[in-house]
Amino acid sequence: MSDDLDDLKAMMTAATPKPDAAKRTADLALAQNNFENLQGSRTQPRPTPVTGLQGLWTGVTTMLGTMTSKGGLTATTALVACGFLFLTPTGQDMWRSDFRDLGAVSTDADVQKALAEADANFTTQAEEPEVVMADDLFVQPEARTPVINPNDMAEEIAPMVMMEAAPATTSALTRNAADGALFAPQQDLIAPSEANTETFANADESPVKITSEAPVSTFSIDVDTASYALVRSSIMRGQLPPPDAVRVEELVNYFPYDYAAPAPEGDPFQPTVSMTPTPWNADTQLVHIAIQGEMPVVEDRPPLNLVFLIDTSGSMEDPSKLPLLKQSFLLMLDQLRPEDEVAIVEYAGSAGEVLAPTKAEDRTAIRNALNSLGAGGSTNGQGGLEQAYAVAESMTAQGEVSRVLLATDGDFNVGLSDPSALEDYIAEKRDTGTYLSVLGFGRGNLQDATMQALAQNGNGTAAYIDTLSEAQKVLVDQLSGALFTIASDVKIQVEFDPTQIAEYRLIGYETRALNREDFNNDKVDAGDLGAGHTVTALYEVTPVGSPARLSDPLRYATQTPTADLQNEIGFLKLRYKEPGADISQLIETPILRDQEAGPEAQFAAAIAGFGQILRGSDYVTDWSIADAITLATQSKGADTFGYRAEAIRLMQLAESLKGN
Amino acid sequence: MRMTTSDEDLALAAANGDGQAFASLLDRHYDRLFAFCFRMTGVRSEAEDLTQDICAALPAKLGSYQRQAKVTTWLYKVALNAAHDRRRKQATYTKATSGWGDWETARTAMNRETADQIDWLTQAMTHLNPDLRDTLALVLDDMTHAQVAGIMDVSEGTISWRVSEAKKALRALKEKEEQS
Repeated sequence: MSDDLDDLKAMMTAATPKPDAAKRTADLALAQNNFENLQGSRTQPRPTPVTGLQGLWTGVTTMLGTMTSKGGLTATTALVACGFLFLTPTGQDMWRSDFRDLGAVSTDADVQKALAEADANFTTQAEEPEVVMADDLFVQPEARTPVINPNDMAEEIAPMVMMEAAPATTSALTRNAADGALFAPQQDLIAPSEANTETFANADESPVKITSEAPVSTFSIDVDTASYALVRSSIMRGQLPPPDAVRVEELVNYFPYDYAAPAPEGDPFQPTVSMTPTPWNADTQLVHIAIQGEMPVVEDRPPLNLVFLIDTSGSMEDPSKLPLLKQSFLLMLDQLRPEDEVAIVEYAGSAGEVLAPTKAEDRTAIRNALNSLGAGGSTNGQGGLEQAYAVAESMTAQGEVSRVLLATDGDFNVGLSDPSALEDYIAEKRDTGTYLSVLGFGRGNLQDATMQALAQNGNGTAAYIDTLSEAQKVLVDQLSGALFTIASDVKIQVEFDPTQIAEYRLIGYETRALNREDFNNDKVDAGDLGAGHTVTALYEVTPVGSPARLSDPLRYATQTPTADLQNEIGFLKLRYKEPGADISQLIETPILRDQEAGPEAQFAAAIAGFGQILRGSDYVTDWSIADAITLATQSKGADTFGYRAEAIRLMQLAESLKGN
Repeated sequence: MRMTTSDEDLALAAANGDGQAFASLLDRHYDRLFAFCFRMTGVRSEAEDLTQDICAALPAKLGSYQRQAKVTTWLYKVALNAAHDRRRKQATYTKATSGWGDWETARTAMNRETADQIDWLTQAMTHLNPDLRDTLALVLDDMTHAQVAGIMDVSEGTISWRVSEAKKALRALKEKEEQS
């Protein structure tokens, strides 16, 4: 091409301004809003013969639910205000006089006034959640550039009003309080539409504790893996996951580790404690607590009673939801033994039993029932749950294990007024011997917080299934772990010696924190350990005298360790119950200085570091994803199932995404 | 920049109702879209309005995306059509408001003063006729003449001719300025 044009291009590049950040955000939000409204109109749940008039009614309540929500009101008010300002003579006068009198100054009061008036005059128009065409809002002559210079007020209002709508969306990403409350606070804030209404359970990162003030740390084990699959699904789409979706302990516990197996005839699991220098901080140490559950002989296991409770609401129609769910359950069928029993209950509008309890040897019947499922109608989570529990109880004979496997994309919005009542219901059923596990499917509406809460109360695991290979991991490779509990209510308590350890910090487990006194209280529920499961917990500890110490040492405190305990930096206590038992057992072991960690601990540390970077941790600053990749690659080990190799690929992707 | 998912896959996913895919897609292309709008309009505020129009209308246009096409080609087509629509509306508006009188005249004069301070190039671009300007906007975005022809639905020869016309016009304008 000629020099002429190259010059021109250079000039043009120099002249082209960067888009205004606020404008950009507002535009993206507007586009997303229109996109979602459009989806809603396309994939509205159709009333089916099953739902009939009730479907119509739930449709109306859904609409009303949406409209009364704060987000809906803010958005529609904002739209009406825009229309009011630009379309009506009063509105035009309002800002035009401001423009003349005040020049470029726009005041909040004006906007408030406009919003209030618009609200009062146009509430009936606000009933329709229609697609916002920018044309309608801005093509009106007065708002156009022929009248106004770039600094004027119309330009100011547009982004402001658009921005108003944005917090409504972000507030749906629930940030739970540090007290460990696991539920999304108000269901009515979450619009039950096709909009992105995902909620994630997470609390603020555990802070550094000063050992002399709080020498004891207590938490419940966590064997869920949903967070890892969520992170993976985000990264695979070319986006870094929302920080609240990252629960570090679930990332670490996603992988099987080769820890020392428990002695036969002893406790059902074996803790191993080791110490290693912290990869991301040369002046601190990582205490690595590993628990390996025993693997009972599969032939000895009692027959299983499984109830598949399947969400078949309209939102499940996506290829990554119901079709993947069917394939996943078919995979699992091959793992069952002939005498195991399976029943299928679907819930959409009204709940229904699709398959009466059937022996697993009758594969064809089960397969046909699964394949007959189709998506349609709205969700009635609780109705389905009640029926599933009733079926499960009818299947349970003496000494048998019953479990409800709930598969959903997260919608529990119909027939449920009080989320905590649902949790209580599940907890009550847990005590009668029927457990609940939750499998999440699809993105866009996933109520991660709800899934977590339900599974924790049901003594089960919450897993998120995004691909068939994840289904393979959860429902085939680790099926016995997911379905056979070997120890219930496993709690961990660690006491550090303040004369040796100045500060400590538990990595992850924010949503699993327990009070110190809860440890010995057998009434307090905690996580369950499945057959063959491994659980890993990591503490970052700062030894006395380390330059990494954040707080100053006390002048009047005892400085010397007790003579005969010089080698001990802390003490680990574990409590668990045999499945079905009410009284807990205690396991104790000291944490010794010279227990070198192996490559398994190194890999866990690499994943923990990666997770903290994704969360935006304040404690991992001078360490990059590249360092995590190096460490993980060195400690990859045999990696029979290829999970670790996949994690390393994910880290590489995340690194390049972060670089952008 | 390494991408995990191609634009085309994202667009298809978005057309099938995947909200996140749509968000990523628009996020990737927003800056480029804005730059293109700026090149077509030559005025920042105009470019901002145009970009907003496009963003608002884009979800409804996803249906028109076809697998064979590159996303950028499709997006630029949408943008080009949106720019044409705007110009048409503005032309109507100018006719309808020609009786606005003194206030309008004073404002235009003020605008002209501001325009004098704008970069020569931007001003020159606004002086070109819309077809030439749009063509140039695309060519300057590292598009080949064949690609531009695909977006504008004209032959490649037409594009080459328009580019040379545009160059001629710009050169003339520059000479005139240097003389004065």
